[in-house]
Amino acid sequence: MKTRVLMVDDEKEFIETLSERLTLRDYDVTTALSGDEAVEKVKSYLFDVIILDVLMPGMSGIETLREIKKIKPLIEVIMLTGNATVETAIEGMKLGALDFLLKPCETEALIAKIDKAYAKKTEQDERIRAAKVEELVSSPISALKE
Amino acid sequence: MNSKRDIIGEQGLQFFGKMSATISHEINNALAIINENAGLLQDFTLMADKGMPLDPERLNSLAGKVIQQIRRAEGIIKNMNRFAHSVDEPGKSVNLSDIAELMAALSGRFASMRGVTVEPKPAAVPVTITTNPFFLENLIWLCLDFAMDAAGPGNTIDIITVKTENGAQIRFARVEDLAKAPLDKFPSEREKALLDTLKADLVSDVGAGALVITLPRYIDT
Repeated sequence: MKTRVLMVDDEKEFIETLSERLTLRDYDVTTALSGDEAVEKVKSYLFDVIILDVLMPGMSGIETLREIKKIKPLIEVIMLTGNATVETAIEGMKLGALDFLLKPCETEALIAKIDKAYAKKTEQDERIRAAKVEELVSSPISALKE
Repeated sequence: MNSKRDIIGEQGLQFFGKMSATISHEINNALAIINENAGLLQDFTLMADKGMPLDPERLNSLAGKVIQQIRRAEGIIKNMNRFAHSVDEPGKSVNLSDIAELMAALSGRFASMRGVTVEPKPAAVPVTITTNPFFLENLIWLCLDFAMDAAGPGNTIDIITVKTENGAQIRFARVEDLAKAPLDKFPSEREKALLDTLKADLVSDVGAGALVITLPRYIDT
């Protein structure tokens, strides 16, 4: 299955081109031009990794990260930032973002971070699935409670 | 208590830093787009090496996008240069409409972050005064910053320059919610220090939803 990536940035040209490049590399990419749009898409669709710009009009990157983590805590988020906002990106990591990347970014570095984030999410999903199976095996009645 | 000179010096440095940061951010964004378009061109070249035909129209469109971002960066750098040179002389003859346009451009990202649009409305005839350009830019920024907060998202602020009998006025108009803004704290000591140095007045016209700076035609610097 392709890695499902949501890219969030208010720079339309940037996000469209980067999205095309990731699609060529076989990622399943969706874009959002604002924090609000990203939150709505996270509510409606399944994503593995989110690339999130720190500085955006309206809902900021940090506010967007908080909302996303409330809705889907297991989605891995990579903050995207200019040099001036590295501190905000680090604040994002304290709030649960996996990593950050500086703009303009090296494609290989971005891909390595997306793959690492996907591997982490898959591992967590697998652990949760295994725990659920174990619970079912040890106490079949628990399935009726859900 | 800080002297007027201290307030202006500290405020001026903060202002210069803030504008430099927004300029570098904007240039960085243009570079990021150029970087991705160049990367996409490389991707197409690698695909062509593997036998996929190149689409000349697509390549032309990518080149167009790079040129567009280079022009954008050129515009930003031109404004940065004008802004940097505004500290060259403490007193200079300036065209107010040009300064209003420069400040609207430099404030663009701050406006966009708040969902506000800033529209400079140049005077029909050039409005020229002799003043300290950097202090005036700083005062315009402080008024604009206050007006943008007061206006709120979805609104537009006009910067209108007008020639008067004794000098000129800069009006920040269409500030819809000016009455609800903290006018008891504005102008603060920093705006007052700049107004005093520029021999200018600032009036909040709540009824008209406008902040009005009145400037003399000439100040002796």
